[in-house]
Amino acid sequence: MSKKNLIVIGNGMVGHHFLEQFADTPGAANYHITVFGEEPLLAYDRVHLSEYFGEATHADLALGTADWYRDNHIDLRLNEQVTAIDRQHQRVTTPQGQYPYDELVLATGSYPFVPPIEGNDQPHCLVYRTLADLDAIRASADGVKTGVVVGGGLLGLEAANALKSLGLEAHVVEFAPRLMPVQLDSDGGAVLKQKIVDLGVQVHTEKATQSIVPGGQARLRMNFNDDSHLETDLIVFSAGIRPQDALARSAELVIGERGGIVVNNQCTTSDPHIHAIGECALWEQRIYGLVAPGYTMARTLAACLNGDAEAAFTGADMSTKLKLLGVDVGSIGDAHGQTPGARNIRFNDEAAGHYRRMVISADGKTLLGAILVGDNGPYDTLLQYALNGIKLPDHPETLILPESEGGAPALGPDALPDTAAICSCHNVTKGDICSAIDAGCSDLAGIKSGTKASTGCGGCAALLKNVVDNELEKRGVEVSKDLCEHFPYSRQELFHLVKVNGIRTFDTLIEQHGKGRGCDICKPTVGSILATCWNEHILATDHVPLQDTNDTFMANMQKNGTYSIVPRIPGGEITPDKLIVLGQVAKDYGLYTKITGGQRVDLFGATLSELPEIWERLIAAGFETGHAYGKSLRTVKSCVGSTWCRYGVQDSVGMAIRLEDRYKGLRSPHKIKFAVSGCTRECAEAQSKDIGVIATENGWNLYVCGNGGMRPRHADLFATDLNDDELIRTIDRVLMFYVRTGDRLQRTSVWLENLEGGLAYLKEVILNDSLGLGEELEAHIGDIVGTYQCEWKTVVEDPEKRKRFREFVNDERKDPVQHWVEERGQRRPAATETVEEMA
Amino acid sequence: MSQQKQWQTVCETADLVANSGIAVWTPAGPVAVFYCPDETPSLYAIGHFDPIGNANVLARGIVGDIKGEPVVASPLYKQHYSLLSGQCLEDASVKVPTYAVQLDGDQVQVAVHAGQREECAA
Ligand code: SRM
Ligand SMILES: Cc1cc2nc3c(=O)[nH]c(=O)nc-3n(C[C@H](O)[C@H](O)[C@H](O)COP(=O)(O)OP(=O)(O)OC[C@H]3O[C@@H](n4cnc5c(N)ncnc54)[C@H](O)[C@@H]3O)c2cc1C
Ligand code: SF4
Ligand code: FES
Repeated sequence: MSKKNLIVIGNGMVGHHFLEQFADTPGAANYHITVFGEEPLLAYDRVHLSEYFGEATHADLALGTADWYRDNHIDLRLNEQVTAIDRQHQRVTTPQGQYPYDELVLATGSYPFVPPIEGNDQPHCLVYRTLADLDAIRASADGVKTGVVVGGGLLGLEAANALKSLGLEAHVVEFAPRLMPVQLDSDGGAVLKQKIVDLGVQVHTEKATQSIVPGGQARLRMNFNDDSHLETDLIVFSAGIRPQDALARSAELVIGERGGIVVNNQCTTSDPHIHAIGECALWEQRIYGLVAPGYTMARTLAACLNGDAEAAFTGADMSTKLKLLGVDVGSIGDAHGQTPGARNIRFNDEAAGHYRRMVISADGKTLLGAILVGDNGPYDTLLQYALNGIKLPDHPETLILPESEGGAPALGPDALPDTAAICSCHNVTKGDICSAIDAGCSDLAGIKSGTKASTGCGGCAALLKNVVDNELEKRGVEVSKDLCEHFPYSRQELFHLVKVNGIRTFDTLIEQHGKGRGCDICKPTVGSILATCWNEHILATDHVPLQDTNDTFMANMQKNGTYSIVPRIPGGEITPDKLIVLGQVAKDYGLYTKITGGQRVDLFGATLSELPEIWERLIAAGFETGHAYGKSLRTVKSCVGSTWCRYGVQDSVGMAIRLEDRYKGLRSPHKIKFAVSGCTRECAEAQSKDIGVIATENGWNLYVCGNGGMRPRHADLFATDLNDDELIRTIDRVLMFYVRTGDRLQRTSVWLENLEGGLAYLKEVILNDSLGLGEELEAHIGDIVGTYQCEWKTVVEDPEKRKRFREFVNDERKDPVQHWVEERGQRRPAATETVEEMA
Repeated sequence: MSQQKQWQTVCETADLVANSGIAVWTPAGPVAVFYCPDETPSLYAIGHFDPIGNANVLARGIVGDIKGEPVVASPLYKQHYSLLSGQCLEDASVKVPTYAVQLDGDQVQVAVHAGQREECAA
């Protein structure tokens, strides 16, 4: 069966989104898809258009790639404008040719409205919609002084900001009596105007331009209806948008009175084979000038073309949250209080420049709309009240009062129903986020890529983080950046404070930078930071109370309160004599003995008071602590390598031992695991480790940031064919950079995924020393290596420290709740049921 | 069963560990004693048995505060127990016993009811 033809006209935000949605569906297989874009560039993010005046290039703003189109067999024809639609023969015409269609999608967007002012067509009269427009503005602004934006709406203010950033003296001329007349009321507009004037943009409201003529001092002169005038070098018109419906008009589709291609709930026009989505579409007499409703239309249409009879576009929320010239502005729902009986609560702090208004239903129960200027803090909470019809609290004014006035804390994400829309651009609900988490997503980055939440306008970022954090927390995963209620800092920030200010104790740190007594979150974290920075014994008096029980007693606590003992066995290599000692000690203390997944031996079931005795014997036999309890280097796993293996090309055991000796004891945000394989067969599974090393004919290949465990991640190849010293120097730098910047309990895998710039950035920093940190990082690890001590040896030799290992300080008796059973020739803790039977 | 309060010397100040806990054996079973020298009060005593983890471990938890309430976090599954009331903050139905504690010179004393031991699971 031959494929049908689907043509999309317009490769803008919504057209592209439609293709992304549709390409993934089964229906896509039935069509050969062609898309025409009048602009020469692949669809880009218009919402963040202004960033083009900063650092961003088209590549940064691009929404997809040519490869993606190719991989999905979509014929992408840029720089090719469709000039006519022949409905009768179902084909479209471009200057390049004619193309037949079975289904046609119009995603032609809109164009800037230029008011009919005499002289508006001269050079240096510009608009603000496409990258080409921005290039023209940049060229026009070169070397001149002044710029005027006509239109004080959302886009106009953004354009004014752009002019300012180009170094021009910027003016905004608005016909209405206030700024952002659509979204704001007069008080809100006044506060905004004041703020913007304070920022150095001149605002002229209630001014209608009558003509534009050549200027005296500047290129142009604008004459206003009140006989005043303004000289300027360029003018940007931003007086609203008009739907781009010219093609549809000439094809005689039904068009709205004031423009726009009329569509039904299925986004289909008056011709059943022609559909329209995005800013060109008119639904129930409305044009939506925002991207989220366009995306919803795109999704709806994709579903309809797949035969989904239920799919329907049923309108969209027009609430907006923006930062204009650095000023927060938010407008929600019925912001102007047009609902009959609506009541208002207003809060206006002229000194601080904060204006807040809530529009409340006649019965006082629900929030209909809101306006915020100066501080969008309450926005997310208010939006959720409005969108979900959540019943307002008894004193709704607390929602907009500042907290110092008894304002209510933000609406907790728990209060939101599962149906609450968190990201409206991509229609992601709280329920969707919960399902993604339940399916194994365990961090914000994963949720974003999995659900697309917060990858549209970005306005929902804070709320999304909130919901994700809350859901993860409910499932027992720690997330918030603020370490805990005692420190308003992330681990990275605390690390910096400790290092830069030379802080050596928890008490000093909490006194200077925190509050309260600390808790089981911040204490171990700070303990670890202090250990990384100063490398003092973790049981030095000041540090004792900071350690988790595992660190305090330098052993992992087991389910019945006993501990395990894991001596270091570097590289997994052990002499028979040492093996015999392990066996003997285990036998004498009745310890359950197991070979671990990390190539060493774990002895389980020691009581607190037995620990120092056991370690004394192990240390005497030449063992040292294996840090199985610490957030620090665990093992460097290795294969047997060139010394025995017939394929080995380097001595993997020798290198593993060297690495394990170098990094043992280094305290870090989470545990670190290494492995070294002697050839590409990879018997040591190095690519699943934080640091993986694989031998080559010429040296070593280094892999970084792999993970086994809950969410396995393949390590990334970082550098190739390093010699021994280069390898160590590179690992030094990677590890120390991680230790300094990683978050609490963040493995290297997650760290890398969250690192802005990712692998490429890490390579820059480590291999090309782009931050100039290389030497410092190496010196720091040098100090740590130089001050290493076996923590257990220090304790065993210090009677004061040994005193801590008494089960009861006043009684020799053993813990009475330990019940044991025997299994396969060894003892293990009895299961709870068995204990009850025994009792 | 007698409900008479008895001050029982359990250890000396030298046995205490600042901002941390130790376990002592008393006629009422294992008790965890915490010492926070910079706070008032500076001594707390609660049961050492963690009813959620089912093990004698509470003295080995980290001491701190949650919204101002002094607490210890169980080292097993990290639930917080109030040092003042013994209440588990994560589970309203779980509570550990609390005991009065005082210093007599350098002697640390805990008040236990004689006969209380039989009530204790241990
Ligand atoms: C003993 C051992 C299992 C065994 O019998 O083989 C083990 C035992 C524990 N693992 Fe493991 N893991 C052991 C190898 C592993 C491995 C395999 C490896 O290292 O090659 C992995 C996957 C590799 C990895 O980490 O990338 C592994 C992934 C985990 C994780 C998940 C980490 C993650 O990033 O997803 C945890 C939980 C955590 O750390 O938060 C964990 C935590 C634990 C804890 C600490 C749980 C706890 O808090 O009680 C266990 C304590 C053991 C103890 O008391 O000594 N263990 N654990 C292994 C000890 C290795 C060693 O010699 O040090
Ligand atoms: C500066 C700026 C800031 C914005 N900020 C926000 C914001 O913060 N939040 C928000 O929600 N929205 C914002 N918007 C609006 C948002 O960009 C639009 O809602 C969105 O781009 C609409 O998508 P669309 O695909 O309908 O139209 P467009 O993205 O305009 O795409 C239409 C495309 O079709 C092409 N085309 C038209 N006719 C033809 C033809 N005959 N043949 C071939 N191609 C054709 C056009 O060249 C264009 O590339 C902003 C817009 C601008 C300009
Ligand atoms: S897999 Fe789970 S149960 Fe097994 S050792 Fe690791 S943490 Fe413990
Ligand atoms: S020698 Fe181990 S992988 Fe080859």
